[in-house]
Amino acid sequence: MLRALLLTLFVVAIAHAELCKPDAQNAFKVRISIKTALGDNAYAWDANEEYLFKAMVAFAMRRYSSKSTTQISNVLLCNVTDRVSFWFVVTDSSKNVTTVPGSEVEAAIRMNRNRINSAFLLSDKTLQFLKITSTLSPPVEPSTPAWLIVFGVVLCLIVAGIAFLVVSGIQKRKKKNKESTERENLEEKVEVTVTLENGIPCEALDLKSGHINGVFAADDERFTSL
Amino acid sequence: LSAAAEIPKEDDRPKWDNKFQYILSCIGFAVGLGNVWRFPYLCQIHGGGAFLIPYFIALLFEGIPLLHLELALGQCLRKGSIGAWNTISPYLGGIGIGSWVVSVLVSLYYNTVLTWVMWYFINSFQEPLPWSVCPLNENRTGFNKECHESTAVNYFWYRKTLNITPDITESGTLQWWLILCLAASWAIVYLCTIRGIETTGKAIYVTAIFPYLVLTIFLIQGLTLPGATDGLIYLFTPNLNTLKNPRVWLDAATQIFFSLSLAFGGLIAFSSYNPPKNDCEKDAVTVAIVNSMTSLYASIPVFSVLGFKATTAYWDCLDRNIISIINEFDLPEESIMRENYTSWISLLNSSYPEKIAGLKLKSCDLQEFLDQSVSGTGLAFIVFTQAIILMPGSQAWAILFFIMLFSLGLSSMFGNIEGVFTPLLELQIVSKSTPKELLSGIICLISFSIALCFTLGSGSYWIDIFDRYAGSVPLLVIAFFEVIGVVYIYKIKRFSKDVKWMTGRKLNLYWQITWRFISPLLLLIVFMAFVTLQMQKPPSYTAWNPKYEGFPMKEEKVYPPWVQAICVLLAALPSVCVPLVALFHLIKQKRRSKDPSFVTPEVFSCQGANS
Repeated sequence: MLRALLLTLFVVAIAHAELCKPDAQNAFKVRISIKTALGDNAYAWDANEEYLFKAMVAFAMRRYSSKSTTQISNVLLCNVTDRVSFWFVVTDSSKNVTTVPGSEVEAAIRMNRNRINSAFLLSDKTLQFLKITSTLSPPVEPSTPAWLIVFGVVLCLIVAGIAFLVVSGIQKRKKKNKESTERENLEEKVEVTVTLENGIPCEALDLKSGHINGVFAADDERFTSL
Repeated sequence: LSAAAEIPKEDDRPKWDNKFQYILSCIGFAVGLGNVWRFPYLCQIHGGGAFLIPYFIALLFEGIPLLHLELALGQCLRKGSIGAWNTISPYLGGIGIGSWVVSVLVSLYYNTVLTWVMWYFINSFQEPLPWSVCPLNENRTGFNKECHESTAVNYFWYRKTLNITPDITESGTLQWWLILCLAASWAIVYLCTIRGIETTGKAIYVTAIFPYLVLTIFLIQGLTLPGATDGLIYLFTPNLNTLKNPRVWLDAATQIFFSLSLAFGGLIAFSSYNPPKNDCEKDAVTVAIVNSMTSLYASIPVFSVLGFKATTAYWDCLDRNIISIINEFDLPEESIMRENYTSWISLLNSSYPEKIAGLKLKSCDLQEFLDQSVSGTGLAFIVFTQAIILMPGSQAWAILFFIMLFSLGLSSMFGNIEGVFTPLLELQIVSKSTPKELLSGIICLISFSIALCFTLGSGSYWIDIFDRYAGSVPLLVIAFFEVIGVVYIYKIKRFSKDVKWMTGRKLNLYWQITWRFISPLLLLIVFMAFVTLQMQKPPSYTAWNPKYEGFPMKEEKVYPPWVQAICVLLAALPSVCVPLVALFHLIKQKRRSKDPSFVTPEVFSCQGANS
């Protein structure tokens, strides 16, 4: 009995070794760069982390195919290097000693990539599944391009400046015109008042009723001739 | 009661608010985009610090004398370029017209360069900067092919900004975003030049001083970047062997000449608004020295940033190689660092040579990255923008950089527009009652409509043509005739008396010798050498063609014959004005001399104009 058990275990181990090796069918290589991602907060890659990895892959397979048959023991890891890189393969417990097709595994990983990344605090670049491409997220496009808004602001300022200068130019010109016409009017007014002296029109002074004062009479030249 | 005082004749002409405004306007006109993106490049390719020797010799014997000549001329005659030369002698009127035509042609394309700067400026308010990432392709599996094969900055410049066509004969369509920016640029130019020097005089305080502030900020930031010292050492290490190459001397002479914006008529216009008794000699020396010092000062931050960019590219190259090696040999992370890279490589090469060869590692050489020199728009819109992405807080640096470029270009535009505006005002083609605002508006509107051609797909090729042919050879011709005209036709003795009346000092020997012999001779030699060099090979250009097999290298193409004809026309049109007008007046004089009632015009004198 014990011998049979040992024999089965031996066969399973060999089979597992056969299933998981570099470039095996349906096997994927994983490359992890913890120090690049986390710097000083980097954790060491040990057996516990490997256990978590197997759990995440099993979780991904379960979510994808929504049948709860995949166990952690179905995920086989091998060839772990110092880089940290390794190969893994997912076995199918319902069929004897076969691996789940690579396309299924790929689809499952793709669907749950975010969850797997965040379990290890890594990103698509630092937790690489070689041969599985990641979909690139589209850039966030605002409804109006940002540059158009800035352009609108700049243009409004410029137009306001031009309008201000043009209007002030027109006002200055109007004032200058008004000033020159006012000056003309003022000159006319001055000529009009000249003819009124102390409320008495000059023509009235010509009458003999007044007495011509010699001091003032000599100053006739003071007034400009009309 | 007395009427308002009689307005004296001098007050009719607009005046500078103060001397500082005038000096600042001349400095702003001279200091332009070339000081930032042409001088550092020339320094780099012509042996670093050694280039300063021919540069300062050219400044002393060509730059300062010609500058003094133009400023003294404008101040004495108190007219724009066309009026001034007509006054000196009707035979020389062609010089003024030639200057005016060059100013028109240069204004047209110069503002389009400012349009590109404005486009980059308004795109700098985004996170991430649009020239830092490639857009995705249609099915979102990877990046856009053209962008992926070249770089994101190249893609943004050639595709998103210019939308360039692969050939100059393919005009493409008008790019609406460039039209918007062009309208904004011309609106800004209109805003600042709306009433001539009344408004530019106020605007120049900002546009001439702001670039110095930004250059200082970039200087401080640049010097703190890693690799900055490598760039500076590379720039300034003198290599005296390059001085044996005559090309270096030619480049120094042309750089000084074009950098000071001589022969545009703008400087004559600026100094014509001065009070007649002003020390133009000191002004000329001041402006020339400030211009050269600015070039030197600008090259320090430019080369710090370029050194930083080269160092970062070198580190990226090393890092990529290190990752390939670590992945291939499954070595632990951070086992190979940049410092021990070379020792590791030699170790692995000796033990696993086939594996190393299979990796196809690129050789990383810092000198090679530093050697990649670019000038002109390539420096600003490709190399510098790439460096800005690598700096922390890139949006702020991008915004500052592009505002600085815009101010530099705008203050030069003021000079160009003044060179167009002032002669038109004096030609009396418009009546005195039309407001200045209307005239400047019409000039800006017409220029905007013509400049729409430059917003086509092939626009940047045309701007290169205008820059190479309209903005180079005619200026040399006009400057040569300027010196000959003043020294030998107006007679230098008369001019010396005028300058003495204006500055209060007699012209010393330096001015006499340079004006009489050295400057005209130098201009002649430079002109001959320049034309010979252009004629040596058929004029060609490099085109951005995504379908070219050597892409992302640019494809070298030859101009078709009709384009070559336009090049010749652009160079010949302003230059041929000078002999044509002289011929015209000669014929008129011959006809008049047969007429006995003709009276010879009185001899003109500087002092006589102002009494």
